[in-house]
Amino acid sequence: MKVTEKDVQYVAALANLDLTGEERQQMLRDLNSILDYVDRLNQLDTSGVPPMAQVMRAVEGTDEEHQFASALREDNLHGLRPSLPQEEALANAPESDGTFFLVPKVIER
Amino acid sequence: MDLNINTIDEVRSAIRDRRTTATAIAQNFYSKIEVTDRTIGAFLTLSKDRALQKASAIDALAAKGDHLPALAGVPVGIKDVMVTQGVRTTAGSKVLQNFIPPYDCTAVARLEAAGAVVLGKMNCDEFAMGSSNENSAYKPVHNPRDLSRVPGGSSGGSAAAVAAGMAVATLGSDTGGSIRQPASFCGVVGLMPTYGRVSRYGLIAFASSLDHIGPLTKTVKDAAIMLRTIAGRDPMDSTSADVPVPDYVAELGKPVRGLRLGVPKEYFGEGLDAEVRSAVEAAIQKLAALGCEVVPISLPHTEYAIPTYYIIATAEASSNLARYDGVRYGHRSKAVRSLSDMYERTRDEGFGAEVKRRIMLGTYALSAGYYDAYYLKAQRVRTLLARDFEEAFQKVDAIVTPTSPTAAFKLGEKTEDPLAMYLADVYTVTADLVGIPGISVPCGETREKLPIGLQILGRHFSESMILRLAHAYERSRLAS
Repeated sequence: MKVTEKDVQYVAALANLDLTGEERQQMLRDLNSILDYVDRLNQLDTSGVPPMAQVMRAVEGTDEEHQFASALREDNLHGLRPSLPQEEALANAPESDGTFFLVPKVIER
Repeated sequence: MDLNINTIDEVRSAIRDRRTTATAIAQNFYSKIEVTDRTIGAFLTLSKDRALQKASAIDALAAKGDHLPALAGVPVGIKDVMVTQGVRTTAGSKVLQNFIPPYDCTAVARLEAAGAVVLGKMNCDEFAMGSSNENSAYKPVHNPRDLSRVPGGSSGGSAAAVAAGMAVATLGSDTGGSIRQPASFCGVVGLMPTYGRVSRYGLIAFASSLDHIGPLTKTVKDAAIMLRTIAGRDPMDSTSADVPVPDYVAELGKPVRGLRLGVPKEYFGEGLDAEVRSAVEAAIQKLAALGCEVVPISLPHTEYAIPTYYIIATAEASSNLARYDGVRYGHRSKAVRSLSDMYERTRDEGFGAEVKRRIMLGTYALSAGYYDAYYLKAQRVRTLLARDFEEAFQKVDAIVTPTSPTAAFKLGEKTEDPLAMYLADVYTVTADLVGIPGISVPCGETREKLPIGLQILGRHFSESMILRLAHAYERSRLAS
C-alpha cells in the first residue's frame, strides 16, 4: 500500500474535498490500484530525458518566433471582447449584494 | 416531410433550392429528438429559441437569393463543456447545474457565424472525464445501435446524436480519446485536430495541455467542412496556433497513391478484440489497394501512455477544477459554518465519484514529496512518447491503428473498475499527449452489428492528409 488512510485525509484537505468515511475507504483502494499500475513508469530510465514543457510544435515553413509570438498580445481587450457589466458578472453568483460576491464570514472571534 | 437530410451539403442545397427552409429543418430535427432521445439521452438542454431565431435569419437570406454561408441551416449539437451565452452549460456536472454562461465559446460562435443552427447541448461524462458517458451527473447515454451498450465517452451524446440522426454534426472535446472513441463506438466520423489548431476559448478546462475541440459527423467531408469553419488563430486563446488554415475540403480530392502508412505492432497486441483486428486489417488492405505503401513500424513506449496520461491529466484537472468553490458561480452548499467548510461541502456535493477520484489522484501526484516521482516522471516519459512519433514520421506519412481495442461495451460493464475503464483509451491517449491530429472513421461491424473504427494519426498540422486518407477509405468502402 503506497497511499495510507492518513494520506487520503491529507490530500482531501489539500483539494478542499469533504469526503465521507465510505468515500475515503473507496479512494484508498482506487488510488492504490491506479498508482500500482502507474509504477510501470519506473521501468524506464528517464535520466537525461527532459520533461515535455511545450505541446505546440513549430510547423515547416513557419519560424519559431512567428509560432509563439501569438502567445503575447497588447494588454487590452479592445476589439476582442468588452468586459462584462457587473450585473452579468454577478448573475451566476450563489449569493451577492449586487456589488460583491458574498461568502460566509472569514474572520472568527 | 422526410427530405432524407444527413449531410451538410444536403441541408445547404435543400435550402438554396427552396425545397425546404432552415426553420422547417430545425423543427423536423426537434420532432425527431422528442421521439428518439427518450431512449438515447443524448441531449441535456435544448436551445429552441436560439435555434429558430438563427434558422429564420438563414431563411431570410435564402428568400432574398443571397449567398448562403457554408453551414447555412445545418442543425448542430454542442458538447456541454463548451459555454453558450444564455444557454445552460453544465459540463455534465451537478456543480454547474444552473450555470448560464455570459459569453460564447469561440468554436460555437464560428459555427453560428457560418450559418449553423445550434439545437442544444450534448450529454457527456462529468467534466469530460470518462470513456462510457456513465459519469454524466444527469443520465447515461445509450448507444443507438444497441441500447444496452454505452456510446463511448466522454463525447457520448455528441456521437450518439449524429448516429441517431438527431443532429447533422456535433462538436466534441478530446483529452484522451473522447471524440474518436465514441465516434468509433457509434459508427460516425470523429476528428481530433492538432493541439492549437482550434481555439479553446470557452471550453470548460479539464487538462489544459491535452484538451482539444473537434467535430463528429456522418461523413469525412463534413468533418473537413466543420474543421475549416472552427480552425485558426483566436486572439482570446493564447494557445491557438497562428498557422494558416488550408481548404480541407478542396484537399480531400488529392490522390493518396504513394503515401506511406505505418502500422505500429504495439497497437495490434494483447487486448485487441479479434473482430476489431480483422476489420482494421481489412481496412489497411483497402488503403494498400488504393496505392498506399504499408510499412510495419514500432512505437516502443506505447504501453506507458496510459499511466503517463493518468498522472498528467489528473494533475492538470486538480488545478483546473479548483475554481468550483461555490463563490462566483455554480452550486454552493447550504448551511455552512465557515468559508473553508463551504468550499469542502460544496465540492463534495457538487462533484461525482470519478471527478473526485481524479482530483485526489492529481493532487497527490503534485503534492510535496511526490511531484518528482509522479508528475515530473510522467512529463519525461511524455517526451519519450513524442520521440517515438518523431522517429516514426521520418519513415511514414501517417499511422493507422484501431481506434479502440473493442466495440461498444455494455452499460455497467466497467463502472466498478476505474482501471479497466481507463484502458478503453489505450490507442487514443498517445495522440493527445503528443499533440498530433487523429481521426476515427467507421470500418465495419462486429457479428453483433456493433461499429468498428479505424484510427488515422498524422504529423502536427497534417489534418489535410489524414482527412484525405479517411475520405479515400470511406469512398472505397461505400463503393464495395
